[in-house]
Amino acid sequence: MLKIRGLRASVGGKEILKGVDMAVNAGEVHAIMGPNGSGKSTLAHVLAGREGYVVTGGEVVYEGKNLLELAPELRAREGVFLAFQYPVEIPGVSNTYFLKASLNEIRKHRGLEELDAVDFLSLVRQKLKIVDIDQDLLNRPVNAGFSGGEKKRNEIFQMAVLEPRLAILDETDSGLDIDALRTIAGGVNKLRSSDKAIMVVTHYQRLLHYIVPDFVHVLLDGRIVKSGGKELALELEEKGYDWVQEEVGAQSR
Amino acid sequence: MAEIAERTGSFLEGFDAFLRSAASRSPERLQAMRRSAIDRLASTGFPSKRDEEWKYTNISPVLERVFAPVITSQGNGVARRDVDRFTFGAVAWHTLVFIDGHFSRELSTLHPLHDGVIIGSLAETIDRQFEAIEPYLARVTPHDTDAFTALNTAFLRDGGFVFVPDAVAIESPVHLLYVATGGTGAHMVHPRNLIVARENSAVTVVESFVRISDGVCFTNPVTEIVMGPHASVEHYKLQDESPDAYHVGSIHSRQGRDSVYTSICVSLGAALSRHNIVSTLDGKGAECTLNGLFTATGTRHVDVHTTIDHLQPNCSSREVYKGILDGRSHGVFNGKIIVRPDAQKSDARQTNKNLLLDGRARINTKPQLEIFANDVKCTHGATVGRLEAESLFYMRSRGIGEQTARAILTKAFASEIVDFIKPDPIRAHLDSVLHEQIEHMGEAMIPGGA
Amino acid sequence: MSTETDRIEQIATQEYKYGFVTEVDTDVAPPGLNEDVIRMLSAKKNEPEFMLEWRLKAYRHWLTMVEPTWANVHYPAIDYQAIRYYAAPRMKPKGPDSLDEVDKEILRTYEKLGISLEEQKRLTGVAVDAVFDSVSVATTFKDKLAGLGIIFCSFSEAVQQHPELIKKYLGSVVPYSDNFFATLNSAVFSDGSFCYIPKGVRCPMELSTYFRINTADVGQFERTLIVAEEGSYVSYLEGCTAPIRDTNQLHAAVVELVALDDATIKYSTVQNWYPGDKEGRGGIYNFVTKRGKCVGARSKISWTQVETGSAITWKYPGCILQGDDSIGEFYSVAVVNNLQQADTGTKMIHIGKNTRSTIVSKGISAGRGQNSYRGLVKILKKASGARNYSQCDSLLIGDKCGAHTFPYLEVSNSSSQVEHEASTSKISDDQLFYCRQRGIKSEDAVNMIVNGYCKEVFKQLPMEFAVEAQKLLGVSLEGSVG
Repeated sequence: MLKIRGLRASVGGKEILKGVDMAVNAGEVHAIMGPNGSGKSTLAHVLAGREGYVVTGGEVVYEGKNLLELAPELRAREGVFLAFQYPVEIPGVSNTYFLKASLNEIRKHRGLEELDAVDFLSLVRQKLKIVDIDQDLLNRPVNAGFSGGEKKRNEIFQMAVLEPRLAILDETDSGLDIDALRTIAGGVNKLRSSDKAIMVVTHYQRLLHYIVPDFVHVLLDGRIVKSGGKELALELEEKGYDWVQEEVGAQSR
Repeated sequence: MAEIAERTGSFLEGFDAFLRSAASRSPERLQAMRRSAIDRLASTGFPSKRDEEWKYTNISPVLERVFAPVITSQGNGVARRDVDRFTFGAVAWHTLVFIDGHFSRELSTLHPLHDGVIIGSLAETIDRQFEAIEPYLARVTPHDTDAFTALNTAFLRDGGFVFVPDAVAIESPVHLLYVATGGTGAHMVHPRNLIVARENSAVTVVESFVRISDGVCFTNPVTEIVMGPHASVEHYKLQDESPDAYHVGSIHSRQGRDSVYTSICVSLGAALSRHNIVSTLDGKGAECTLNGLFTATGTRHVDVHTTIDHLQPNCSSREVYKGILDGRSHGVFNGKIIVRPDAQKSDARQTNKNLLLDGRARINTKPQLEIFANDVKCTHGATVGRLEAESLFYMRSRGIGEQTARAILTKAFASEIVDFIKPDPIRAHLDSVLHEQIEHMGEAMIPGGA
Repeated sequence: MSTETDRIEQIATQEYKYGFVTEVDTDVAPPGLNEDVIRMLSAKKNEPEFMLEWRLKAYRHWLTMVEPTWANVHYPAIDYQAIRYYAAPRMKPKGPDSLDEVDKEILRTYEKLGISLEEQKRLTGVAVDAVFDSVSVATTFKDKLAGLGIIFCSFSEAVQQHPELIKKYLGSVVPYSDNFFATLNSAVFSDGSFCYIPKGVRCPMELSTYFRINTADVGQFERTLIVAEEGSYVSYLEGCTAPIRDTNQLHAAVVELVALDDATIKYSTVQNWYPGDKEGRGGIYNFVTKRGKCVGARSKISWTQVETGSAITWKYPGCILQGDDSIGEFYSVAVVNNLQQADTGTKMIHIGKNTRSTIVSKGISAGRGQNSYRGLVKILKKASGARNYSQCDSLLIGDKCGAHTFPYLEVSNSSSQVEHEASTSKISDDQLFYCRQRGIKSEDAVNMIVNGYCKEVFKQLPMEFAVEAQKLLGVSLEGSVG
């Protein structure tokens, strides 16, 4: 589904990604782990097409297409979804209105009929249950005045409605208490399926207790230095990132 | 033209005598500056209420009187004990005392200084080392800035001069103490302060305007503050003049890159006072804070006009001004924030809050934003109101008398500004002055009150 | 500067879609202004003596006035002697009794504007008094309204049919000597709308005027007067468009509203005059005086305006809150793009006790547009318990535009409470990216964000107007994002 080869990217003239390689297939859950500043969020943003992140080398092929050539909205319509670490507030625009506009753009792109208000609302009601979100939240402006947990839930709720093929969760666990974490992870697990892939970007492995990955990659200084199964996350928890660092350092010496 | 002539008052009259008296000691460049200033004043006159900047302040009372310039001062028999009560008991400070606008070496306290630092009388420095002053004088405040700075420049003679060289921090505050004796008949003084803080230097300057006894006088000070990169200046101005006094003053600062300027202006006295505070952020990343408090009782008039001019990117400004108006007093606040086209990422916040303690008091406030850049965060807010009835009632229900309750709440309103003041001696002084002033405020509002 | 921001800057090239000229036989006065022109104008309209006198008084006063320069707008001097002060489509002397008698070309013009009178008449239930250049062409629904005692007709007709009402209320809110442009209007106004709601009547439909400037070099000087008697209610809509011309046209209208005890007047404007082209050529100078007087206790006047057009907008719809417990409201969206300039806001004059006012102003600046909010809140000595809340927000799109705020708060009563808040911000790259990541393209995202920003004002508009306002906003800003 997704093939990243030798991806290099810089922000503000500073190289952050220094040649990332990885492949994600449908049905898989990949965890990207790494300490602060290792380039995890940069990778997520580059895949989503954020301005200001300049790709300086390598390629990303998504469903046979050159992903890097597509405008952010086209990537979204092709099924790439980024759950933001810091979802932005849009005052005055209601969550429902926003989501309906988004869903219909994506449906149009896929050659599906746009949903009318009634069908949309019944879809939304059904999806609300997945993340246990308060219906009131729908009528409030997008993320405005939401608590940190509400914002994160809202991201997963949007993911449930938009049904992306590739979902990238950028530090979705940060700032959440254990109950919220459990709910959100539960929501994500309900969305796992054989035709979809999920990339979980996280600093800590605690989210991975709840969303069990098929593969774990360690990102250090802009490169994936170690990959493995779910047991790698546990090993990291036990030994810390220094351990990988030392190991990698030893290899390169 | 006839109208303009009327609007110069009697101010042109004493000029020639002043110029002659100052001539022997003044460099020609300064004499020329004084002459340009008086010419400018003669041609444009003083503003009237038709000028937007003077819409709410009528300066006719100043123009209708004759104020004599104080050409020389013999100290008027003022003794050290007369000025001691105005020095906040801060013996470690560098205190320059000016009697009716003239520096008094005997009454001043000067401590040893770091090499290259100058703290002294402007007049003495003009006489002895004009070259130290010349590169800075009238640069931040050119003589044609407005009518009152032109007047100040025409009669420019004495004031405080503070020069802090690169990388020097002066620990003790510098106090410029202006004492009106009240004994010289209607007179005018035009203090000129020049504060130069070079790169990475730091200094605190306090200006205070006080009187020994009540009397009619017109004080027209101008303070220029020039700040180099990374310099830090804390500036306090306290105006507590005679109830018959008129005060029209300006403070102009210009900041270099990453410099930090804090200004706190507290205006408590005078029949009419006007403060023009103009802060120019002329270096990337500069920060300024303009805070202030004004109070007025009786028929007093107080006017504060501030301008914060964001010329360069990434600068931030903060401003909080509060007004407390009692009796039939009239307050004016005009806070202008300008963000120039290149000043992206400017961050400006301004608040003006006013308390009307008497049904006859008035306030005109105009917080003004002029934004020419798009990537900015600017907010301003203004409120006018009286003391909250619920708070008053709550206190009274706990047995506190109405007058006391009002005083406590009013003082709390003022304390936000007082708390910004860092040097303890000033804060303690203001606390007691405000306490006394506020205690009697709002009495007319209490049924059966005084 | 990020490319996201560059993109925001680019959406500004939408052509003015209401620009077309209607070919009708027009009766025009020669350019220039003097007492003879005013007499001619008054005679053509067969006005009673008091009207002519009022006009002449205004004209003589106008000669002593100078054009104001305090507003934050810049334009070349206007030659008042080069303007034609009268233009009327030529038609049968007595004026049309029904739509069938109205020139077909004119009706077609309205159809292009999307306000077909017949459509309106049949479907929408909106009574339209259409002002075409200077003469009111047809007034619909008159009969139905007449049944309730409501008078809704052209100003000229009101002068003929209800001179006592005109005599009583004309100039009672905006006196002939009020300001340069209002005084000029008082001297030369050609037509406009008149509306009278009798005691206790709630007007069952939205009343609407569509203004349109057609003839070249014609200054449009219409005058609207609305009187709401005790306990009555009326909602009035005004929409404005003008064809494309490369010279500037002056529009100096006056609107006066009078609300007696317990009456409510809601006045909504969607102003879409030709804004000029991208280089700032042409466009309307919209110098308008609008004021309402809450004469009666508990009366309420509410202004809502959406200003997207005109090269220059200069207007301050205000309320004189004279009656105790009366309420004034001002909700405004003002958009400037390209080289448009707007200096707009409101005046709330609190005279009566416990009077309340609310001001919500949303300015949007794009291109090289300059947008100023100028507001006055004045609490007079006797206005005990008066309250005001003002909120003025500015949104900047692009880095060559400007947003300015000049709020004047003058408070002379200590029991009053005045609060003013203002903020300036831009559409952030983060917001745009968030929308795009959800599949929404930049233009739609900007529209969505801007509409969200204006929501507080739009919700004050009647439904069909709100929809139009949203569309207009999109059109005005198109090209400011790429």
